[in-house]
Amino acid sequence: MRKYSLTFLAGIFFVLVVGLSWTGVLSSYTQLILMFIGVNIMMSSSLNLINGYMGEFSCGHAGFMAVGAYTTSLITVWFFTKGSVFGLNLLPPAWATVLFPFILLFGGLIAALVGLLVAIPSFRTRGDYLAIITLAVNYIVKSAIENIQAIGGARGFMGMGRVVNGMQEVADIPWMMIWTWIFAFLTILLIKRFVSSTYGKGIIAIREDEIAAEIMGVDTRRAKMVAFMLSSGLAGMAGGLFAHILGYINPGSFTIMKSTEALVMVYLGGMGSLSGSVLSAVLFTLILEILRPLQLYKWVVVPFILILLMLFRTEGLLGHRELTDVFPPLRRIFGTRKEIHAAL
Amino acid sequence: MPLFEVRGLTHFFGGLKAVSNFNLIFEGGELMGLIGPNGAGKTTIFNLVCGVYHPTHGEVKIEGRDLTGLYPHQVTSMGIARTFQNIRLWPEMTVLDNVRVAHNYKLNYGFLDAMFQTSRYRTAEKEIDRMAREVLEILKLRDHAEELAKNLPYGLQRKVEIARALVIRPKLLLLDEPSAGMNLGEKEALIGLIRWMRKEFNLTIWLIEHEMRVVMNLCEKIQVLDFGEMIAYGTPEEIQANPRVVEAYLGKEMD
Repeated sequence: MRKYSLTFLAGIFFVLVVGLSWTGVLSSYTQLILMFIGVNIMMSSSLNLINGYMGEFSCGHAGFMAVGAYTTSLITVWFFTKGSVFGLNLLPPAWATVLFPFILLFGGLIAALVGLLVAIPSFRTRGDYLAIITLAVNYIVKSAIENIQAIGGARGFMGMGRVVNGMQEVADIPWMMIWTWIFAFLTILLIKRFVSSTYGKGIIAIREDEIAAEIMGVDTRRAKMVAFMLSSGLAGMAGGLFAHILGYINPGSFTIMKSTEALVMVYLGGMGSLSGSVLSAVLFTLILEILRPLQLYKWVVVPFILILLMLFRTEGLLGHRELTDVFPPLRRIFGTRKEIHAAL
Repeated sequence: MPLFEVRGLTHFFGGLKAVSNFNLIFEGGELMGLIGPNGAGKTTIFNLVCGVYHPTHGEVKIEGRDLTGLYPHQVTSMGIARTFQNIRLWPEMTVLDNVRVAHNYKLNYGFLDAMFQTSRYRTAEKEIDRMAREVLEILKLRDHAEELAKNLPYGLQRKVEIARALVIRPKLLLLDEPSAGMNLGEKEALIGLIRWMRKEFNLTIWLIEHEMRVVMNLCEKIQVLDFGEMIAYGTPEEIQANPRVVEAYLGKEMD
């Protein structure tokens, strides 16, 4: 049997999803869920870099998501729409089609810089400090946004819908679906490349034995900061996409609840397993949708799932392994781990 | 200029004087033993040299450059590698990765090179892979390259630790009780390996060891440490005959 590369399969999936959305085969509700899956893949795999691969505990991932969401939204609305906040648009709305990915990258960069600010004090010490500091940062970011009236405060911020409409006037294709999945694939690619380089494997060595890593030549402070910036930057981009998919954001979307969702996805999929993070992002998003009729009670069911998981499968669905290790027949389709590494 | 020099090394843990005025000079090529009863401060000295602790007083120099105050990874990049008393491999990583990661001290590419997989990144990774496999080949670990470190038997784990230290191409190799937990056959093999490595790589080796058979067999000179102070220095024969050493190990005879 011919071995298909992951890139090839991702390409087919991408064409299929975008094509079906474009032709209207998929309802807008289904499309929305597909886009949330993409965003959640970005959230879970980027958090996995810290909690799974590096073995530290970060629990304020939504804070970085918020930074990215607000940064990109403010820029796109300022640049491409007329509104009460910024006045006339700076650039023709049509330019959004080209500039959107760059603005998204910029949002990620800002989130990464906030990540750096968090990393500098918290990685001077070992242990639980990162958990406490990230938790605090999550609250700080949320409260800060709530109290800046210029960007809507607690009421939230909107106008991104008009930006997306502006793109759709240029060409009537499912823009957000396209960007979401391009960035989701990019996230997976970057993380895969990071953890398979000698440079990035330093953070796995930190998880396994930090003192040995330091003595055997890994610049642990630097490695931790780079990994943390990458992780928070990717979360920022996920936030930017999230904002433009919904067209409306408010500080309430980026509470500790959102961070917990990301944590649940990481532990559900398995720490240090990239395919686990992808798998769990898909499952988790679907579970949340299925449980939507339960309303508030879904927050009883979801933690219960987590408790069951911790009792019966502590290492998560895949835990430190990839899909191809758990189901060897998949190697015939995807190739062996080594070939996958080579392909990426 | 001596290869390696320790002068007046002193370290306090709170009020406890763990190491007191320790001195040492390596001209290059020595195989020196450091022995002493439990808690004498042997491993502390290694940790002070490697930058895990920063000494209260004194200086450590390699090729004339001062090491005190540097981070451990900076010390590594100056040519000092070590192994640990209780094995400190990265258990969930493969043997090959364990050796590869030790290359981090002299990576010549950055984060963006890894992200875009530039040609600089690919040449560097290829070179790292080649060197890591070469070291595994030399130490006859090639067949275990893809196994997780934690799945290897104890003796082989020790060997992987030595491989990880060797790949740094150290000028000075510190071995902290390499024979701990080994059986007789493994110990004999270890003695052979250390002798061979020293000749093959032109290494200067500094060895902490409890097992007298290994120390007496290998080392040309031995320092004996007790309560942080050097109480004796000499050839294995001299050390064995030194009454202060016997006293430190066995206690004083009652009059």
